Amino acid sequence: MAGSENKYKSDGTLIGGALEWVDARFPATSLWKEHLSEYYAPKNFNFWYFFGSLALLVLVLQIVTGIFLVMHFKPDASLNASGVPVAFASVEYIMRDVEWGWLIRYLHSTGASAFFVVVYLHMFRGLLYGSYRKPRELIWIFGLLIFLCLMGEAFFGYLLPWGQMSYWGAQVIVNLFSAIPLIGPDLSEWLRGDYVVGDATLNRFFSFHVIAMPLVLLGLVAAHIIALHEVGSNNPDGVEIKKHKDANGIPLDGIPFHPYYTMKDIVGVVVFLIVFSAIVFFMPEFGGYFLEFNNFIPADPLKTPPHIAPVWYFTPFYSVLRAVTSDFIPFLWLFIAAIGMICVRPSKLPLLVKLGYLGFVGAMFVLLGVPAVLAGWVGIKLTSIVFVGLEAKFWGVVAMGASVVIIGALPWLDHSPVKSIRYKGPIYKIVLALFVVAFFILGYLGVLAPTPMRTLVSQICTLIYFGFFLLMPWYSQIDKCKPEPERVTG
Amino acid sequence: MSCDEKVDCGRRRLLVTTAAIGGVGGAVVATPFIKSMLPSERAKAAGAPVEVDISKLQPGEMLTVEWRGKPVWIINRTDEQLASLKKTDGDVADPKSEKQMQPKYCQNETRSIKPNLFVAVGICTHLGCSPTEKFKTGAESGLGADWPGGFICPCHGSTFDIAGRVYKSKPAPDNLEIPPHVYLSETTILIGEDKKGA
Repeated sequence: MAGSENKYKSDGTLIGGALEWVDARFPATSLWKEHLSEYYAPKNFNFWYFFGSLALLVLVLQIVTGIFLVMHFKPDASLNASGVPVAFASVEYIMRDVEWGWLIRYLHSTGASAFFVVVYLHMFRGLLYGSYRKPRELIWIFGLLIFLCLMGEAFFGYLLPWGQMSYWGAQVIVNLFSAIPLIGPDLSEWLRGDYVVGDATLNRFFSFHVIAMPLVLLGLVAAHIIALHEVGSNNPDGVEIKKHKDANGIPLDGIPFHPYYTMKDIVGVVVFLIVFSAIVFFMPEFGGYFLEFNNFIPADPLKTPPHIAPVWYFTPFYSVLRAVTSDFIPFLWLFIAAIGMICVRPSKLPLLVKLGYLGFVGAMFVLLGVPAVLAGWVGIKLTSIVFVGLEAKFWGVVAMGASVVIIGALPWLDHSPVKSIRYKGPIYKIVLALFVVAFFILGYLGVLAPTPMRTLVSQICTLIYFGFFLLMPWYSQIDKCKPEPERVTG
Repeated sequence: MSCDEKVDCGRRRLLVTTAAIGGVGGAVVATPFIKSMLPSERAKAAGAPVEVDISKLQPGEMLTVEWRGKPVWIINRTDEQLASLKKTDGDVADPKSEKQMQPKYCQNETRSIKPNLFVAVGICTHLGCSPTEKFKTGAESGLGADWPGGFICPCHGSTFDIAGRVYKSKPAPDNLEIPPHVYLSETTILIGEDKKGA
């Protein structure tokens, strides 16, 4: 890697001499070449390839604004002389009395939402062009871990202003852990450090938000990029540029990341900053979606606001949680079992395993499906017996967790002969469109208060969401794909 | 452990033992850090019982007090509200309060010591939000014409009757918790303790 050909030879100038001195002691030139000037990226990157570098930009923005916010913020739930929690008051102090404090705080709060916008678009790019496929499975998994980490970071950060939404949001999420059988209640008590969300919780969330999660996040981002640069970037055609190299071993369809893509990304940065600034300066609350109105009321442990909803970026997963009611569980299980059958049938598993699975699914139908359809209450009684007394609450948490973690299974679920949507057949295009629509509906419903109709819609969307992933081994094989080109197209 | 001729097996064994002991040491050192996150002695001591004066609580009114950082409701139920409990028997998940969500002395039709006075922890058994009172009955409540009065959780829509019993097919698995409590006099309740003078 750091071979002698990568060592800088001085041209006799002072700067040249300094660089040669450094290079003899640290692989500066070889790192620069490996990751920028001689990292060959496919020449056909399009709009969707802006969001990786934008995510990095927002990460830097969050770290820098965060450093300055910590200078004035106080993680203290006790009441000050005017009867307002100190943490809440310190945020108001930043907004009103610290010079330019409002700007730094709005940059940070808008940055949090912007982070999720760019990350969701970045992930969607992966779905479009099959960027998770071999040999990029680890990039995808590191990416999912970054997403999980980001969710944790956002969740911990949201408690800090100590408003009503902060408080009750944390209360709900920490209580999710209490749904885990046996250890659950002790685990959520350990996480809170008290019997309710309180000062101890605020202090540790502050610690997680400013130290623990950012460190893990930076480590994962480094791993994500190192893995990417090891195998090389995918592209909108989903073909490997490394298959065709010139005499020097450089991919024919590759161009150096620097200066070509650094320049392109700067254009993306400028456009992004125009939109971002417009929000920061003209609508930082974004109609209650980026900063919820209830969070301008100090936390009150005795009174839940009449309507609580998580911030928009959590709502699709929150809807999945709410969709799992006790009368929905039999249908969820039948759905999973039926999907399993579709996927097991054409597989190479031994006949005995297939028959055993068929018997299992049949038993599920008889035990759960028939009574559930005939009379709701029988189904409920039976589910609680069959699943060892575990209730809707637990399965709701499992479904929510699964809806995030299942993204990591994509590399092994997709059996399509091609990577990119450009060459995939009509089935994938329809299924992906359905998935996106279901994801948006789930997100929208997660903001609203539940009604029977909305719960039904969210249950249907939950099935579509999971169907997209779990049915993929089946539909990706029967889809009529077009042949991939040998080289990248325009 | 494979051990071919080129490897000094004694040294290899020593190496593995050292690594194992080091690993155990690392695990032991993690204990204080993990334990430091448990509720502190101060947090534990803060759970003292609370005395409440209910002399001014009129029928149909509700009082909220704080006990261990949680809201505790005291409701002076009207006769109509108590009568509604008969009607909701068929619609609630655990009509006889068989799950131990209440002290033994509250495992009855009204889930209380005195039939009219209801004491409960105002925390939904689903994910810990505090349900909202919906004492108005019928269509006026916004919960349908046959709503008999009770509570609804704003977070996930669990509904409870006027004795804190959860309706069937709702996210909340259990009835609302009844804290241990005792009447110190006709107009004073001690919440958090069963015995007088404790």
